[in-house]
Amino acid sequence: MANKTVLFNKHLEANAKMVDFHGWDMPINYGSQIEEHHAVRQDAGMFDVSHMTVVDVTGTEACDFLRKLLANDVAKLKVPGKALYGGMLDHNAGVIDDLITYYLNDTHYRIVVNSATREKDLAWIAEQVKGFDVTITERPELAMIAVQGPNAKAKAAAVFSDEQNAAVEGMKPFFGVQSGSLFIATTGYTGETGYEIIVPEDEAAALWQALLDTGVRPCGLGARDTLRLEAGMNLYGLDMDESVNPLAANMGWTIAWEPSDRDFIGREALTAIKAAGADKLVGLVMEAKGVIRPGMSVFFTDTDGVEQQGTITSGTFSPTLGYSIAMARVPNSVGDVAEVEMRKKRVPVKVIAPSFVRNGKQAF
Amino acid sequence: MSNIPAELKYASSHEWIRKESDGSYTVGISEHAQELLGDMVFVELPEVGDTVTAGEDCAVAESVKAASDIYAPLSGEVLAVNESLEDSPELVNSDAYGDGWFFRVMPSDESELDNLLDAEGYQEVIDEE
Repeated sequence: MANKTVLFNKHLEANAKMVDFHGWDMPINYGSQIEEHHAVRQDAGMFDVSHMTVVDVTGTEACDFLRKLLANDVAKLKVPGKALYGGMLDHNAGVIDDLITYYLNDTHYRIVVNSATREKDLAWIAEQVKGFDVTITERPELAMIAVQGPNAKAKAAAVFSDEQNAAVEGMKPFFGVQSGSLFIATTGYTGETGYEIIVPEDEAAALWQALLDTGVRPCGLGARDTLRLEAGMNLYGLDMDESVNPLAANMGWTIAWEPSDRDFIGREALTAIKAAGADKLVGLVMEAKGVIRPGMSVFFTDTDGVEQQGTITSGTFSPTLGYSIAMARVPNSVGDVAEVEMRKKRVPVKVIAPSFVRNGKQAF
Repeated sequence: MSNIPAELKYASSHEWIRKESDGSYTVGISEHAQELLGDMVFVELPEVGDTVTAGEDCAVAESVKAASDIYAPLSGEVLAVNESLEDSPELVNSDAYGDGWFFRVMPSDESELDNLLDAEGYQEVIDEE
């Protein structure tokens, strides 16, 4: 039996095509994933992300525990509501999951982890928390709706109460605030402005309907994937997993090396990897016809004239740009051109930092 | 339930053909096939004048999900290709049996028609998937 989110019936009402996503019945699209993609880039779209797992970390040692658990440093979070992205590593510096941590107060942090990794994440956390005065509380009674796009905030404002609108007034990116029954955060997975809204399950369908009534378009996992890839954001399981360290997954910026005496899990292994030199995750742009797909091989010649090989981790057609884009893990000697092997021939591609579209516009 | 027009013939690999007044056949992919593939992003067509062979791949339909080979339902010479698909591949999604056609072929061996399915036979193929 597949899990269903509390919005399952709302998806069927909107003619969703449902698919299995790591044990969850989720909408892949509601007709056209490309039209949904454009709705988010040009207006406003919403995603049911209730399958994601909300976990509250509370107690007097919550900060100390998270500083050990995560490669990024939650001590950087000083202002209530501020959020931080980063990896949870194993002792070999493999990425167990990528997650967002919200600082609510000194004894209360909230993390949001992927659904596909929920069980292993919770098991890992339960193991590591031993000895800390910390309580881990999963919040399955909370649903989550992401509203994204240039008009997303204005449309959400029409649905929020006066109190909620006052609470989000002037809120900077990567913050969250509890107001009334909603936890409203300026985060997302699309490269557009908007909110991720954590809502009690029994209010989720009404919130979804209210957003629908203001003209926010329902969007499925298909559009979510093309939007996140255009934004250069990693997808766990494709762009990284336990066999990949964060330096090889374009997550170097999420590793807090300072202070040097903070002993986070994976630090020792990661220090050795950094010294030896890691692969890197790059963006690829292919203006020729065709679509780069995960698993394809990519080749380039290094400065010594030696051919090097890497692998596509994510690849798709970019609806905004009109041609294919991809992320590839390659040896770090890569220059600014390469070739992707597809359908028995090699096609030239440009190599860029993995960010393709931001706020509706080409970003490279 | 997908639309399967009764006046067309079908290959089990999901292409359809329609007889035209000059004796040639127009080829496309079925409503069911476009639903499976999802939004079309590129279509690679044969060239006018090419000779295609029944059962061999002669075009590619690339969607957001996958690249799929399109097989020639009949052998013969390609008389025309749908150039609109170059800029508007989504026509395959919106009008699979009309504006989303792929190419037209003049058959060299009409006995190959016997290998194709009628609407009922194609429905059975879909039901068995």
